[in-house]
Amino acid sequence: MTGDGRVTVQLCPGGPMLLRGADEVVADDGTVHPVGRPVVALCRCRRSQRMPWCDNSHKARRTDRADRADRPERSDEN
Amino acid sequence: MSEAVIRALTVPTGPRPVPSPDDARRVTDPLTDRDFQLALWMLYELHYRGFDGIDPDLEWDPLLIAARRPMEAALEAAVRELAAVDDEPTTAKEVATALTRMTNGCGAGELATFLGRHATKTQFREYLAERAVYHLHESDPQSFVLPRIDGPAKVALAELQYDEYGSGRPDRIHAGLYAKALTSLGIPTDLLTHVDRAEATTLASVNTMSLFALNRRLRGAALGHLAAFEATSSLPCAAIAEGARRLGLPPEVADYYDEHVEADAVHEQLAIRDICGALVENEPALGADVVLGAAACLAVDGLAADVLLDRWRDLRSAAS
Ligand code: FES
Ligand SMILES: [Fe+2]
Ligand SMILES: [Fe+2]
Repeated sequence: MTGDGRVTVQLCPGGPMLLRGADEVVADDGTVHPVGRPVVALCRCRRSQRMPWCDNSHKARRTDRADRADRPERSDEN
Repeated sequence: MSEAVIRALTVPTGPRPVPSPDDARRVTDPLTDRDFQLALWMLYELHYRGFDGIDPDLEWDPLLIAARRPMEAALEAAVRELAAVDDEPTTAKEVATALTRMTNGCGAGELATFLGRHATKTQFREYLAERAVYHLHESDPQSFVLPRIDGPAKVALAELQYDEYGSGRPDRIHAGLYAKALTSLGIPTDLLTHVDRAEATTLASVNTMSLFALNRRLRGAALGHLAAFEATSSLPCAAIAEGARRLGLPPEVADYYDEHVEADAVHEQLAIRDICGALVENEPALGADVVLGAAACLAVDGLAADVLLDRWRDLRSAAS
């Protein structure tokens, strides 16, 4: 994908792993996911709802908990 | 002011009245003034697609450029006031830390959560129509920044933009995916239809991007804005995609948002580390502007989201 056949991996602190130049990703269960963009983010926190891709759940959990602790749900407001 | 701009665009021969510096200075709250935002939006649009039947030479018409300057100054002052920040990161690491700190707590946000869980079909359609003002031109402002930066930041911005523009597939251009979502619901994809009805704050959100992107001086702010935008997109998009499925909307709608859950999880990292980090490493003096741009994105887009939420809240209390 990078044109020169180079595949690289970049680890993001507290977040996913960026993978450049791959053609496919084989998940835990053997499913083959074709790579459709120049860089993909692979989940490292195992909380993603869209494995093997990062869906930013690595942040959401902390936020969700904080939200629940100090604010009622919107549905409770009416 | 918007009337004056329309007149200046449609009667293009000889001297024409255009909005004056005093007109711009008299605007008390540029961010919520629809007439002001619409006038500025039209002037900026000359640099993007222009208008059918309007002389393309007007893009660099000295009268219009002169009219635009005080308006831009008014918008910039309002944005700086709203987004006041006193952080001045000067290394890649400090920039990443600042941007991560600013965006980490945002979660899905109230608007996306509402769309995900409670919005009616009508409200969902209203949201799509309102946001069309940006998404039909998605990522175009940031392309103006490419020739203004160098080195690794430029490479990373090009990589991000390539993905926004479909990663080599014309049928996957993000703006096009949005248009498909609109079409699937019978909503027009003609930009002017949506601009005509858009809230001041929605236009302000788009104009802020153009302000940063079309003034080379503000390139740091343009890229900080991009980083905050991307870093606060994945989680809201997941919630909105859920809303589209909850309401049984055509798959094209969820497709746009699903694409952004994955894409923006990548874009966030690219924008924070490889674009803004590299930019500041190369030009440390731009650190403060990067943070300003990010704060501006959060503040102005927050304002635009609140306007929509308030509209629906009022409707609900009126109905009960
Ligand atoms: S690393 Fe982002 S969701 Fe797991
Ligand atoms: Fe996009
Ligand atoms: Fe993006």
